[in-house]
Order: sequence, then structure tokens, then C-alpha cells
Amino acid sequence: MVYKIDADEDRKYVEEFRRLPIGEHSPGLQRVLNIMRLDRGGIQYILVCRKRFEEYVIGRMPPDRSDPIEIEDDKVFATREEAEWEMFCRRWREHTGESINRPFKDE
Amino acid sequence: MLKIVGYPDRFSVAPGETINFKISVEEGDGFDARMVRVVHGDCNPEGPGLKFVHVPTNADGRHPGKVQRIDAGSFMRVDGFPALAAAPFTFVTMLWPTLLKRDDQTLLCQWDAASGSGIRIGVAAGGRVEVTFADNGALSTVVTDRAMLEREWYSLVVGVDPANRQVTIDQRPLVPYAQTGDSFSGTFTLDVAPPAIEAPLFLAGCPMADGTVGRHFDGKIDGPALLSGLHAPAVHDALLRRPLDPTLATHVIARWDFSRDIRSLRCVDIGASGRDGVLVNLPTRGMKGWNWTGEEHSWSKKPEHYGAVHFHSDDVYDAGWETSVSVEIPADLRSGPYALHVSCGESDGEATREDYLAFFVRPPRDRKARVNRPKVVFLAPTCSYIAYANHAEHITARGVEVLMNRMVNFGHSDLYMYEHPELGGSLYDTHADGSGVAYSSRLRPILNFTAQYHSWLGGHGSAVYQYNADTHFFDWLEHQGIDYDVITDEDLHEEGLELLNGYQVVMTGTHPEYHSTRMWDAMKAWIDRGGRLMYMGGNGWYWRVAFHDELPGAIELRRAEDGIRPWIAEPGEYFHSFNGEYGGLWRRIGRAPNVMAGVGFIAQGFDISSYYRRAPDADNPRAAFIFEGVPDEIIGDFGLVGGGAAGIELDCITRELGSPPNMLRLASSEGHSAMMLLVNEEFGPVPPNLGGDQNTRVRADLAFGETPAGGAIFATASIAWCGSLSHNHYDNNVSKITANVLRRFLDAEPFAGGET
Repeated sequence: MVYKIDADEDRKYVEEFRRLPIGEHSPGLQRVLNIMRLDRGGIQYILVCRKRFEEYVIGRMPPDRSDPIEIEDDKVFATREEAEWEMFCRRWREHTGESINRPFKDE
Repeated sequence: MLKIVGYPDRFSVAPGETINFKISVEEGDGFDARMVRVVHGDCNPEGPGLKFVHVPTNADGRHPGKVQRIDAGSFMRVDGFPALAAAPFTFVTMLWPTLLKRDDQTLLCQWDAASGSGIRIGVAAGGRVEVTFADNGALSTVVTDRAMLEREWYSLVVGVDPANRQVTIDQRPLVPYAQTGDSFSGTFTLDVAPPAIEAPLFLAGCPMADGTVGRHFDGKIDGPALLSGLHAPAVHDALLRRPLDPTLATHVIARWDFSRDIRSLRCVDIGASGRDGVLVNLPTRGMKGWNWTGEEHSWSKKPEHYGAVHFHSDDVYDAGWETSVSVEIPADLRSGPYALHVSCGESDGEATREDYLAFFVRPPRDRKARVNRPKVVFLAPTCSYIAYANHAEHITARGVEVLMNRMVNFGHSDLYMYEHPELGGSLYDTHADGSGVAYSSRLRPILNFTAQYHSWLGGHGSAVYQYNADTHFFDWLEHQGIDYDVITDEDLHEEGLELLNGYQVVMTGTHPEYHSTRMWDAMKAWIDRGGRLMYMGGNGWYWRVAFHDELPGAIELRRAEDGIRPWIAEPGEYFHSFNGEYGGLWRRIGRAPNVMAGVGFIAQGFDISSYYRRAPDADNPRAAFIFEGVPDEIIGDFGLVGGGAAGIELDCITRELGSPPNMLRLASSEGHSAMMLLVNEEFGPVPPNLGGDQNTRVRADLAFGETPAGGAIFATASIAWCGSLSHNHYDNNVSKITANVLRRFLDAEPFAGGET
């Protein structure tokens, strides 16, 4: 049976991901990410780079290529890591119903 | 998005020759051009940045430009065909449809788009056969009510009586299923009688009013024939009998046998009239037909089982664009990597308005003109560039984010690629019907064969892959002041060993994965004669490809039997149609990469890279020259590609696969993450410890060995190696090791080949 993300069990990985969104993850975090990243409906969230190494936004690629990619222009990220954190927070909410409510970087 | 795209008519050009560029400009009516030497195409701010050197040529300046489009989709055309509507006829064929959600697909037509007249037999959405008669714009269509199934063979017999406006359709599945109802037999009367017209005959496509060919068919067609007169469905069986009933033979208008001349574009009419067809846009040949039994897997051994052609609505060979600018290459220009920089305005967050259309200047073709050449040559892996041309697995496959272990990057090029499937896929992609892309060509815009392309696939950081990753090495060579020649895979395929003779050192790119047999043979022969190979990457000499006899710049791959396969060739379709050779991994014909490079593919992971730790063989006196000035225990714990020199795809020494017994394991990588995974061909039962965090086989072996003829092999065994060369202003242990090896390899003193 495929693992179901459990807020109580997996909450410890949230901070791990925030510290290092791209890199070597603990087995527990990697499992959470693998499950979060598989959309069985065929939708793929993507990182749209508007200016190389400067400006990123999130996009949504539909299952059918004849449909357009939807781009979220309203939220611009300066690094890929910031966008990764935004995506993680959304997916955490989707899987657990909880909001993380933490910025990527502490003030 | 991209506002300017284009391609050259060749990847390799000699001094004094002309190279033609075909450009499409989406904004305005012109573009600026200038030729540059490509030094560094990676704009990662952590690295040395973009470096191009202007080379004055006749191309400098402004040129008129316009929008040019690609007319994708394969078909067969027969010119000079008699007017079908002049008399009753019967069309028979076997077919295997593969994309029945698409509407308006053509099996056969004779159609004059200008007047809107003709006859078209096709398939409507859902898989129902339809027939259309048209007379000067007046259309009448009939369609069956029994849909075919995808990937099932059907016999189709369509009797057409134009004057009486009648058609009879008989559709029978080869394999009947219960509760399915995919047979049909019935007669229809249409409202329009088609006039007899002089027009070419088409299979799998239909001329459109705008001059393109559209309404393509996705699927296989086997044994199509046209008979004069109206015949009962049993005529299809009679046609297949040998010898053919002579009475029936007199009715044959044309009968195409796709099992003949499979290597060519010709479709042989085995009827008496010689109405041969020609295939356009490279539909896949050497495809098993309706009668394939599995007793033979090679089309050349039993061609009668390979009578199918697989047409795709997104096949493309040559975009066929008009030349926008021709560049005369100066006769005294250094060999090397170059590009035509084209621009139509300033780029911004919404659009990129420039491109670097890459090509290489090779040494003069005339051997006598090759005087005072450098002793070192870079073999530009153009087969691999073509194999990866417009690599779109991030679009055509799902699950890529999991494999990359991070979000999938889409730059302007990727957004453009998404909206323009007519660019054609790479050998990694699948067609719209799910079948694998087995052919790829360079005669079309290739959005990832350019400086500044940052891939969804490359390691975190620079995220470069193939061509743009190779610019890391160009930059290092330039920084070291190395004078080097460049030849391409296509040059090596055409000219063989003779092209390598005279060079002491061959340097590869970061990922020289695809090789033809002639290329492989030439390289091995050169090494066996004392050549020194610097294998600067990982996963080299992996897949076998074939070039076409008639079509320059097209290669074929069959993803047969084993290996990392983004799609899997159908059973019985493992042999190249271009040359009849068995396709797939070189390893599967007894030529593992280890035989050529001393190391072979072992693992891949696309997020972060790691480092090498010095191994005991580093202290072998035979390797002393490599580590001169490098006492370090840890090598390459830095770099633009994933943060280390060991990453993306890794190779290791494996004696059992042909690594020479004298290969020294100088250093091995370690500390790989769970996402650096052992490759499929390295295990039978699937082990649970595939990742580098649990599997000691997951490692790159930095390797060196001498050859019996006094030559040598040096292997970095990692795609990421070259991404570390520029670290700390080029002063680092990866750079030093590379420089040490090149210096010694350029020394004419033979390596010791005897007993050690």
C-alpha cells in the first residue's frame, strides 16, 4: 500500500526541506517528496524561468499538450529554492490539510 | 517564448565553405546576425559567464526575416497517378491505427485542395472509417458506426463507385474479441459525385488549401492496393495468395509492397504499372506487419513479415525552410565551435529574442591542405546532440520531477517547445500516439543545441546538458591556450579512420552516448594503433545508431532489449531500417563501453553531484604524471553541475565487461545520494539498494590505462567532470589532472605497453 503522508509523523521533515530544498534528503523526507510529486491526474507543476538565474514563476502543465500551460505571474521568486518551498507548502496543505505558514527564510 | 529560431544546413563546415542558416522571425521583418566563436555558453553567475568571440564574416549585419513554419507529419505520395474517379475501384489494405481520438485522418486520397475536389478514405474520431467525395467545394461524407480499436490489425476493403456516388466498406479485425463489435460491412450513397481529377495520390496525408499536407494518419499501413472495378471483400484474401490469380492481376492499378527497399524512401509498386510512391518526413520503416509471427526478428531475413510503415502526424525530417543568410567561412579560420548569433530585439521576462545557432568548423577536407594541424582533436558528439534534439520528456512524459528530485525547469525554449510539437521529438520522446521516436534529424530548429540553454535535465546549478555542458570544456581549452581541431560524429562516420590519423589525442564531450558502427570501428582502430583517448564525460558509447543512405543528418535508434529506455521498441522491431543492423545497446553485441573507454555506464542521478576520493592506484608510478601537483585526497568537491565533479551519469571499471586488466582506478566517487541510481542493465532481480547511499557499485572510477600500441585511455567517468574545470579561476585539482593528462598525451613518447 502506498504510503499516505501523515502530518504528525512527517512534520519533522518540513524544516529539513526548508533548510535544503535541493540536495540529499533523509529517507523519510525523500518518501514524502516522491509522493507529493506524483500527480496521478497527469498535471505537472513546473518552474518557469523568466530570466535565467534571476526570476522564476510557477506554471501548471495540463495533461493534454493541446491545452495551454497556465503561468502564475503574480508570484515571482528570485531563486529556485524559494519556488520549491512554495510548492512544498502547497502540497503539504493538499496532503495534510495543514498550512505551514513559515517563510522560506527567517527574517 | 522564443521570437527567433533557426538551424544551419550542416553541423560541420570546412574553411572556405558556405553554411546556410534558415531563420524564422516571429516579430518584425528582419534580424541581426554575426558569427561568433563559442567559448562558454553557461550564464550561471557562479561560473565564468558567457564568452563569445566575434568573427567578422559576410554575415555581419541586418538581414530580412519572416515567419517560417514546419509542415510535420509523414505520408506517401505518388505523382502522375491516374484519375481514380474516372471509374469504379476498390481500395484494400491492412491497418493498425494508433491514435483514434484524432479526427479526420487520411488513409488514402486523391485530392485537389485548390478546387476542393477529390476522394478521401479516412478515419473519423473514435476510429470509424469514413469516405468523402468532393466536387468544387461541395462535400459529402459517410462514416461507419463501428469503431476500430487502437493497436489492433484490421483488413479494410472499400469499393468506390464515383459515378453512382456509392461506397461499400468492409472492416474486419484480425483478432476478434467478444462483446466488441468492431466489424463492419455496409453500403452508402453519397450526395456528391467526385469529378475525375489529375492529382497525386496520397497515403496517410491530404493536401490542404494552404499548401501543406495535413489530415495525417497515425498508425501502420501494410499492403495497400488499388484495384479497378468493384470487388467483394474476399478479394483481399485472394490478393495475398501466391501465385496471384492472373485474372485478378489485370485489375491491379497499384499495389505497394513496403517490405521492399526498406532502407530507402521508395515504396515499390509491385503491380505492372510501376507507380512507385515516395515517403516524406520519415515514417518508420522495417515495422512488423499484420502477419508477423515472431519466428524472425530481422526484416532483412524475412522481409515479407515487415510490410508495414508506421506513419505519425508529428514525424519530421527536414523543415525545408528558405535560407535566410549564407555565411562564407574564412579560409584561414581556426577549427572549433562556432555559432551564428541572431537577434531580433531585446530579450525580457516574456520572450527571448536571440539565439546562438551552433555549428563546428572542421579542418580542411583536402588532406593536403591539413598542414601544421594541432595534435589534439575534439570529437563533437553530434550523434548525441541529434539524439537529444528537442528532448521533451519533461513534456511528453510525467514523473520527471521525481526523477530530477526538484521542480522541472521550463525556460522560454521549453515553453516554445511545448507549443510547437511540429518541431519533432528527440530519440527520448514518444510520438503523439505513444510510439517511440526512432528517427531524429538536425534539419530543423533544435532548441537545446545552443549556448544559454539551461536544461530541465542537467544537475542543479548550471543545469546544462550535452552541447551547453560541452562549452565548459571549450572554455577550459581556451583558457589553457590549447590549439585544437574539431571534427563531428558525422565527419567520423563518413570519413572513418583516415580522419583520425594524424591526431595524437582525441577528446570527447561530456556525454558521447550515441555511435554508428563506422564511428565505433574507426575510433577503436585508432586507439589500437596508438591513439590517446581523453574520455571527458560519462555514459559514452552506449547506444548504437544508424545513418540513412540518402538523407544527411538523420539517425535511427531502436531502444531494444535493455538499457535506460524512455520508450521500449516493440518485440520484433529491434533492427534498424536505415541499415539492417541490430539496434540497441552496444553492450548487447559484445561491445560494452568498457571495451572502448575502459569504463562503462553504472549509475545516473540528476540533482546533485559528489566528489572523488583518491584510490591506491593513484600512487602507482604509471599514474605519477596525472597527479603531479595534486596531492589531494578529495578531488572535485566543487563545480557548476550539481556542486561536484562526479555526477549526472557515472561509469566504472568492470573487467567482465571488457575494461582492460591494466586500467588503474585512480579515484572513485563516493557520498552519492539515494537518487543516484544503479542502471537497469546492471541487475537481474531488482535489488532494494539501488541508490548511491546504499550501493557501493554506484560510483565513478577515474581511470587510466595504456594500450599495447603505446597509446592510452584516460576516463573521467562522469558527465559533471567538466563543470568543475573553471572553479577557483581554473586553479583546482580537476583542472590540474586534466591538464596533466593532456600534456602527457601530447608528448610523442609512447606509453609502456609491455609487461609491467
